[in-house]
Amino acid sequence: MSSSVVNSNDMRRPRHKRVLPGLGLTLGTSVLFISLILLLPLSGLVMQTAEMGWERYWFVITDPQVVASYRLTLVSALWASLFNGVFGLLLAWVLVRYEFPGRRLLDALVDLPFALPTAVAGITLATLYSDEGWYGGWLSGELGIQVAYTPLGVVIAMAFTSIPFVVRTVQPVLEEMAVEEEEAGMTLGASDWTVFRRILLPSLWPALVTGAALSFTRSLGEFGAVIFIAGNMPYVSEVTSLMIFMRLQEFDFAAASAIASVVLGVSLLLLLLINIWQARFLRRFQGR
Amino acid sequence: MAAKQSHRVGDHPLVKWTLIIVTLLLTSILLVVPLVGIFHQAFALGAAHYWASIADSYTLHAILLTLFVAALTVPLNLVFGIMLAWAVTRFQFPGRKLLMTLMDIPFAVSPVVAGLLYLLLYGRNGWIGSWLDEHSIQLMFAWPGIVMVTVFVTCPFVARELIPLMQQHGREEEEAAVILGASGWQVFRRVTFPNIKWALLYGVILTNARAVGEFGAVSVVSGSIRGETNTLPLHVQLLYQDESVAAFASASLLAGIALLTLIIKALVEWRQSRQDKLANAEPLVVADKVGS
Repeated sequence: MSSSVVNSNDMRRPRHKRVLPGLGLTLGTSVLFISLILLLPLSGLVMQTAEMGWERYWFVITDPQVVASYRLTLVSALWASLFNGVFGLLLAWVLVRYEFPGRRLLDALVDLPFALPTAVAGITLATLYSDEGWYGGWLSGELGIQVAYTPLGVVIAMAFTSIPFVVRTVQPVLEEMAVEEEEAGMTLGASDWTVFRRILLPSLWPALVTGAALSFTRSLGEFGAVIFIAGNMPYVSEVTSLMIFMRLQEFDFAAASAIASVVLGVSLLLLLLINIWQARFLRRFQGR
Repeated sequence: MAAKQSHRVGDHPLVKWTLIIVTLLLTSILLVVPLVGIFHQAFALGAAHYWASIADSYTLHAILLTLFVAALTVPLNLVFGIMLAWAVTRFQFPGRKLLMTLMDIPFAVSPVVAGLLYLLLYGRNGWIGSWLDEHSIQLMFAWPGIVMVTVFVTCPFVARELIPLMQQHGREEEEAAVILGASGWQVFRRVTFPNIKWALLYGVILTNARAVGEFGAVSVVSGSIRGETNTLPLHVQLLYQDESVAAFASASLLAGIALLTLIIKALVEWRQSRQDKLANAEPLVVADKVGS
């Protein structure tokens, strides 16, 4: 298609490195596509919130019910990502370090939360943890722990949907890790735990933080999996995504946009921080 | 028992098997039981009832609509993903990093916010929507809106699978092909495609899984009209409120697609690792691939 373009390019600028065709086509299409599906809709949100006026904007985003939803969403996402930090590290460790029957099956199963539609995850978790469910009956009957319709239910739903993040960021690092330092530590008589804490964990740390941060970001926006188990009681178990959804059902687009702008701002900030963190970590990693 | 000193952390059998058993136990509680629960609930009233729930006309319509949306979304994002991956891995240009960051945004945005963005722009009060309304074109609360938000939510998957792989392969083979006289399309089809086909397949599978299962964004723009704009995940939600067995029957179809996705992923990874081993074992003869 564009071989003639390449030839003329080559003739005019013979020392130019660009040999491959298609820059104009592929870059043009990509930029057009991203502008249409991403930047244009984002501009709509900016315009909608700009029309509101500062006072009304502030009033909407500091509504006590909305503030309660921020607190619930942030705290639950934090617990969910902390849990996934530990569980994800354990899963990655077991998958990389050990051979055992069913390892490949376990490896495949880790991605289930990404493959399973969130609404499906939502209803099965809500049923399991309800008072009549397999888990809920036992937890509330024997231990007196209520999960469904409480913040704990929100944490469980968020943890479920974001399990793969930590595993999939830690796994490759663990696979590539050099054994020399670890063996030296072991040979010098340090205990397993000391070597893990002093030698392995510092190398795994950047990937672990990245995975947990991704898990946190995902949990902040989670909707489908959460709303069924949460029961959505005002001030207790309403997440911020649900607040946006409710404002939309009341056709209060301005209020929905205002709350959405807060959520979007936090997500984009987190994405930026994760990118910066990863870039730093990659430089250090390649610098060795 | 532990007479021989182990050389790597956690090699002691006691530690090893404790960790494995704890992991398997937790995975069963957190992942396997919820998965089994879907099918258990779906068949709670027997197979006949299950099939009756699936054969319900609203359910069938939801299945068809969901497949239709995926059938439009996947090719669109496939083409976009390849284009973007080609642009950012084969060329250096100002704004390249920015483009890759922008591409990640749909992953960071809450699905409900994604739906809202489209509703604001294309809804009756939006600045494009009001113009469309004058020309009596309705995108929101109709299937085009569902397709649009699904495209948004799933657009990074293909590119994200391709970019690391294409970066790793480098562009030498393709450059050699061009110098030997291959056209752009020939280079892609004969040189690039064979290297990326498994990653491409995986990207498509992921896009499809998410397109079929998207809930938050679709629920904002769909209006959930039974028999019209109700996709399968929305149908699950509607049913769950009054007859949960039927909801789980529909949910089991989506869970089936998820399981299929995991199986294909495992196969793709196996093929990819085999291909990498082969590629490392023998030097590639590029001219051979481009010739004829």
